[in-house]
Amino acid sequence: MKRLMTRENAIRWAPMLVLIGLVILFTAINPAFLSQRNFARIAIAAAPALMVAIGVTFIIVMGSIDLSMEGTVGLTAVLFCFAFLATGGTLAAGAWVAIPLILLLGALIGLVNGLVHVRLRIPSFMASLAIGFVGTGAAVLVTGGDIVKIDDDTFRALLTWRIAGFPLMIYVVAALALLAWFIQSHTTLGRNFYAVGGGEELAHASGLNVRRVRIMGFVLAGVFYAVAGILQVAKLGQAESVSGANFMFISITSVVVGGVALWGGIGGIWNTVVGVLIVNVINNGMVVIGLPDFLQDGMLGLLVILAVVLSTDRRSISFVK
Amino acid sequence: MYQLKAVEKKFPGVHALKSVDFEIKRGEIVGLVGENGAGKSTLMKVIYGAYQPDGGTVMIDGKAVRFQNPRQAMEKGIGMVFQEQSLIPNLTVMENIFLGYEQQFVRLGVINWKAMSAAASRQLAKVKLDIDPATVTSALSFAQRQLVELAKVLTLEERVDGDLVILLDEPTSVLAEDEVKMLFAIVRELTKRASFIFVSHRMDEVMQLSDRIYVMKDGAVVDVVPQGGATVEQIQHKMVGRNVDREYYREQRQKPYDASKVLLRMDGVSLPGRIKDISLKLHAGEVLCLVGTEGSGREAILRTIYGMRTPVAGTLQIKGQAVASFNPQAAVSAGVGYVPRERKIEGIVAGMNVFENMTLSQMGRYSRAGVLNVTAERALARDWIAKLSIKAHSELADCGNLSGGNQQKVVLSKWRSGGSDIMLLDHPTRGLDIGAKEDVYEMIRDMSDDGVGVILVADTLEEAIGLSHSIIVLKDGAIQQRFDCLPGAKPTLFDLLHYMI
Ligand SMILES: Nc1ncnc2c1ncn2[C@@H]1O[C@H](COP(=O)(O)OP(=O)(O)OP(=O)(O)O)[C@@H](O)[C@H]1O
Ligand SMILES: [Mg+2]
Repeated sequence: MKRLMTRENAIRWAPMLVLIGLVILFTAINPAFLSQRNFARIAIAAAPALMVAIGVTFIIVMGSIDLSMEGTVGLTAVLFCFAFLATGGTLAAGAWVAIPLILLLGALIGLVNGLVHVRLRIPSFMASLAIGFVGTGAAVLVTGGDIVKIDDDTFRALLTWRIAGFPLMIYVVAALALLAWFIQSHTTLGRNFYAVGGGEELAHASGLNVRRVRIMGFVLAGVFYAVAGILQVAKLGQAESVSGANFMFISITSVVVGGVALWGGIGGIWNTVVGVLIVNVINNGMVVIGLPDFLQDGMLGLLVILAVVLSTDRRSISFVK
Repeated sequence: MYQLKAVEKKFPGVHALKSVDFEIKRGEIVGLVGENGAGKSTLMKVIYGAYQPDGGTVMIDGKAVRFQNPRQAMEKGIGMVFQEQSLIPNLTVMENIFLGYEQQFVRLGVINWKAMSAAASRQLAKVKLDIDPATVTSALSFAQRQLVELAKVLTLEERVDGDLVILLDEPTSVLAEDEVKMLFAIVRELTKRASFIFVSHRMDEVMQLSDRIYVMKDGAVVDVVPQGGATVEQIQHKMVGRNVDREYYREQRQKPYDASKVLLRMDGVSLPGRIKDISLKLHAGEVLCLVGTEGSGREAILRTIYGMRTPVAGTLQIKGQAVASFNPQAAVSAGVGYVPRERKIEGIVAGMNVFENMTLSQMGRYSRAGVLNVTAERALARDWIAKLSIKAHSELADCGNLSGGNQQKVVLSKWRSGGSDIMLLDHPTRGLDIGAKEDVYEMIRDMSDDGVGVILVADTLEEAIGLSHSIIVLKDGAIQQRFDCLPGAKPTLFDLLHYMI
């Protein structure tokens, strides 16, 4: 006798079922929802958010939190434009160097974040929030509040060149999500994140360098934020100091909705992917079915609460002997 | 009075309780024994309402009941004494005792701390614990916390009219001998008011305390033995389904150690308030036992070697190298392994599976350039699951779902497979059934053969004497006496006790 609907299974698959349910619901209300064009639209909207959400997933799995994403995305997007322009203005002319440069910058911001958190023993949410503000401030400073545009068809091919109906950037994002999954499940670093999140004391007692793991987590997250910054530019062809706006709420909501536990150790990249899709399907669906603007934010808020209820249930599966 | 009929419980891949009949009469103490993973803890959880049975009935005074949660069970007078982990460490003793039931002390929305403190003192008096109820729980010793747990459960006495059933799941595994005696005295006295179910792997204790003993094997009750109805050997035979080796500690396998090869050397090491002026040597192939009462400094010595504490005086040399910076990382890379006694906090990561836990301290050996060889990790785990007969449906099982004893086996495999050549074992057989204990003793002898040096804090004095090449007796943080333990010329219990107290 095997029961498929055990509580554990129900909790594991809940986010996926929610996603499928939402697609069915929106399609029922407006069949136009279920079209390849619309799916491509959802995917494009979700792409940068997914990178941010994956970055913060590593941190949340460790049981910490990172709120620096808006500042980091904004600053990397802006500096990417400047670097791109300074190195030739087109990929062909050598501006591709801007990409590794900006990824490095993301890592650097993450490093500072991690060092402030670990070395100065400041709670991660406080440290990262502050760094985030510094990032936004720096972006305002370098742009003077202006918009920076870049105009390179080769670079914009990320958005314009479509394969099977989806733009190139979707494939890039999919590949990076795979890479993130690989890091999570096949590298010592990924394993260490889970060890620290599942039991910091124990990780320490097993001889792991917990502080280094934490710092590395923030560095990794920083790199993914920088990717999001670059994708923002690819999507819009421009950057400004507020390019990172909204990412904090969207990414953390997605991670939690996907079933990654905020206290660490539980969930992973796939949860985040599903979570990002859920949030973006809702955002898109509300527009497609014509829900008034002023109701949309409220709906999203309600969803977070619902999802937290679903995922925190896991806590009762405790390890009382 | 309290009865289970044909109770069933299934987990994915595990039939944890198979048609279990169980009964407890008023004022009775019922013992519950069985191998690791036999289903004892699961049965307890069904009784106090943490799990709902998949089949069968639960009856109180002939009436069928169904508990949705522990609180409902508590209202019917059923309480569980956990092993220290259900107390919230940063709350005071009285807050813990009345957690969830503060309402009785609230006047106009404000808690009357005086009244709560007085009521808590009354509860503490029941277990003869003389501490200030305003003490923060984390400041208490293991034994004291255990008694606070009991006191907390005993508040049921005032709240419930009917009979009480109190469950004790391995309550003695962290207690010293005199503390066990005291606990038993208290339990016996309380039978006037309550019945008890007592789970333990220490047979002598179960025999001594219980009126009847239920023997479980593989999820089923295989026998119910009245007091004096069977010998320890007979019960053990029923538990494991075979005879237990008489040569329990494998003394015949004890070979002399390599006195020329010093693995570890402590000289005049002191930690204020814990140990003073400790000097000792550990040789390749030696089993060195630290013996003493709780707080005599055994644990502090292990933790210093493992780098969790930094001594204020003295030196520590590992394989001829003086240790400069004390941290677990350095210790692990110097070849030190540590099986701590608090396995819930320092032993396994619940939520990670068996193979991930086993390789946690040795990921470097299973990875190249940071990329893990998961296939090799899983093979290792499968190997140890077979070697120590760990009850887990596979190496992918979540360690948090394993039974207590099986978690302990995972911790042991983790360090044994890691190739450490200095092993610090703090109560390695705690919570293990006799079959598994034998496996561990065998493992310790294997380690000696491989030239590993072992520093052991044993579960009992007999175990210490049986296993060791040398014994160091500690008292109040200082070394009292050192004994050589050649096979056939071992010190007696009395010899050791003489220096311990
Ligand atoms: N929540 C759970 N999910 C899955 N399996 C479980 C769960 N709880 C217990 N089990 C399984 O049920 C079986 C019985 O476990 P239980 O904890 O009752 O053993 P036990 O007799 O208390 O053993 P020990 O002496 O080692 O404490 C074990 O195989 C265990 O892995
Ligand atoms: Mg148990």
